[in-house]
Amino acid sequence: MTGGRGETITTTGHAVTWRRPPLIRDRRWRWGLMAGTAVYLALAIASIEVDWSRVVDGLARGAAFVAAFAQPDFVSRWEDIVAGILESLTMTVVSTFIGILLSIPVGLGAARNVSAWPVYMFCRGMIAVSRTFQEVIIAILFVAMFGFGPLAGVVTLAFATIGFMAKLLAEDIESIDWRQVEAVRATGAGWWQLMNHAVQPQVTPRLLGLSLYRLDINFRESAVIGIVGAGGIGATLNTAIDRYEYGSAAAILLVIIAIVMVTEYASSHARRFLQ
Amino acid sequence: MAGIPMLRLAGVSKRYGKDVPALSDIDLSLPRGQVLALIGPSGAGKSTLIRCVNRLVEPTQGHVWLEDIAVTRLRGAQLRRARRSMGMIFQEYALVDRLTVMENVLSGRLGYVGFWRSFLRRYPGEDVAEALRMLERVGMPDSMDKRADALSGGQRQRVGIARALLQAPSLLLIDEPTASLDPRTSRQIMRLIRELCSERDLAAIINIHDVALAQRFADRIVGLRDGRIVYDGTPDGLTPAVLTTIYGEEEWSTAPAGDEESGGVGHTRQMPLPVGDAS
Amino acid sequence: MPLSIATRNHQPVWRRRTTRAQWALWSAWLVGTALLVLCSKVIADNTTWSFVADAGRQAGDLIGRMLPPEWYYAGELWRPLWDTLNIATLGTGLGILIAFPIAFLAARNTSPHPALRPLALMVIVSSRSINSLIWALLLVLILGPGTLAGIIAIALRSIGFIGKLLYEAIEEIHLTPMEAVSATGASRLQLMSYGVLPQIMPAFAGISVYRWDINIREATVLGLVGAGGIGLELNASINTLAWDRVAVIFVLIFATVMVSEWVSAKVRHAII
Repeated sequence: MTGGRGETITTTGHAVTWRRPPLIRDRRWRWGLMAGTAVYLALAIASIEVDWSRVVDGLARGAAFVAAFAQPDFVSRWEDIVAGILESLTMTVVSTFIGILLSIPVGLGAARNVSAWPVYMFCRGMIAVSRTFQEVIIAILFVAMFGFGPLAGVVTLAFATIGFMAKLLAEDIESIDWRQVEAVRATGAGWWQLMNHAVQPQVTPRLLGLSLYRLDINFRESAVIGIVGAGGIGATLNTAIDRYEYGSAAAILLVIIAIVMVTEYASSHARRFLQ
Repeated sequence: MAGIPMLRLAGVSKRYGKDVPALSDIDLSLPRGQVLALIGPSGAGKSTLIRCVNRLVEPTQGHVWLEDIAVTRLRGAQLRRARRSMGMIFQEYALVDRLTVMENVLSGRLGYVGFWRSFLRRYPGEDVAEALRMLERVGMPDSMDKRADALSGGQRQRVGIARALLQAPSLLLIDEPTASLDPRTSRQIMRLIRELCSERDLAAIINIHDVALAQRFADRIVGLRDGRIVYDGTPDGLTPAVLTTIYGEEEWSTAPAGDEESGGVGHTRQMPLPVGDAS
Repeated sequence: MPLSIATRNHQPVWRRRTTRAQWALWSAWLVGTALLVLCSKVIADNTTWSFVADAGRQAGDLIGRMLPPEWYYAGELWRPLWDTLNIATLGTGLGILIAFPIAFLAARNTSPHPALRPLALMVIVSSRSINSLIWALLLVLILGPGTLAGIIAIALRSIGFIGKLLYEAIEEIHLTPMEAVSATGASRLQLMSYGVLPQIMPAFAGISVYRWDINIREATVLGLVGAGGIGLELNASINTLAWDRVAVIFVLIFATVMVSEWVSAKVRHAII
């Protein structure tokens, strides 16, 4: 961080030019990084295999699909759409509730400052597994276990919620103001009282905000896991696309977008209210 | 055009929404090379006044002339051309933190160079040379590759001054240059501004809270209260009675009794005129 | 909260909430509980409970089939893994290129025209609402199966994410440097490049790396609908009930995502 003059100023004759100091000061690193990026991009792009004749065929379908958005067909599959959306919504509500309920003990267990070592390791492991695997992969496993239907979806989303919420909750608990905890402990409070009076007030507002946020995410995910048989609007959508019913597919997508917009708007208002 | 003042304001008013006007009917004219200090209580409209000059704030009524250019009638590129001849210096320095000192100084040339040149940081040689001279002049010859957020308050303000001067302005608009600085640095900065104005024959309007500094470094004082000019004269003319007119009687009376009885000039007493530190 | 103090038998009674707040809270709980019970019932009605009763045995069976994993199968997975990384990386890159200008159109303080702002917000919301797997489903239909569909699906989903966070960052920048840059007589584009860009650069880099990390995870499943990457192998192994291969794929995905999360955390830490 020295402001030496020699590096960025060059004088040729009377003209002075100045160059912005480079982001990476070491010349070898800078060029190495640029060359590495260029090589990677070249290799990566070269490894994309595209069947251009297939793409040309598909463009007509693409155009038909875009056109379908202008004239979505809500009518012919109306009952399937309503049933699918309702199933998605119920899955969202139940899974969010169960997930949050379970994420509280897991989050407490995964916070190093309030938890014992073996419990900590177990909870952290669970969070890692839940966060690493995309919901759809988890859904495949639960469908194999519980059979097709919304229950597998609920369990999947609840499991994903645990990973999401418990991690953030644990981080929150780890960064709470320890003086408040000590002050409550000084009154002779037990562990549960400590959690209730010193920890809970510090983490509750964010916990509520995150719950609403997770509700949004769970709805969006519930629209996908149906593709592998875990219930919700995804199955309907998948069928519509497979059967080339673009009008119905566009209708379903528009309904999803509308619901996401409404929940997002509502939850941002609710979060402001809670703060 | 010796007869035309550097800057002239005629009937300038500014009203934010439906509130009481921030400025009403300001007439002011500033000859070339004059340093004018604008004093007055917070909310008197000092900041609004200088921002109306370069139209960072759009005046609701009235006209501003920069020599023979009617600034209030300009649009787009013409307005930008007028702005580049009015250098502005800010209270919180207003440097772009994540850019280097040199980039901040060179940004004073933005009104002169094209977009791509400025985007690629390829400034003309004479601009770079001038930037180096300015950094030297404001006493920061060796910091050009430091990032702006690595500097102290006084250093930042020096960079801000260098940036304004790189515009090759004929007028400086200076908004509370010392409000965030300690007393010693404040005096150094004010002296620097004063010297640069004399060297380059620049006119300047300086908004300032500190009456003592204003008296020490300005040629002329204008007192603003509730958006109107209530005093316009020499620094010597700032009698206790005048200060009362500017800062308001009721403000004195809310202070603890017995403290302000000798003429009600709390401001000047708190900051006595400095001696022995003159340039 | 003096309102929560009532007097009964000359003894002050303290309550945490006022009566009205208490009622509002109780009714909120009531509505919430009713909704939850209703939803649970709908789920329960649509569940085949004989399968659920069997779930423990099924899980045991599944684990039994996974063990021992067929480790040498990993040798066939490098190419799909490379594709997965490319889908995530190129998709993120493409998404950034599109999201960047859209964020400027969507931010209140940089939008050049009031009519463009709702349009940009519309693009962001649509992109955010639709999962990358659904995008992939559509794109496979149009472009045919392969990594290209995956890359574009990831890009389309990333536009909304990056665009939203970036425009929020743009709306939070400090105004004084902007004012100072305008005062030099800078043009609109110069104002963007000197006043706005340096202020949002750290946020922009952080958001991009964060999305890349998420995209690695998303890219692992795109193959399920034919959009390339390791998901294709996963799909094939599941369809042939080769659970010992599925186990290998899981281990590989776990390791990849862990590494990408570590890289992303390191980079974001270095930026801040």
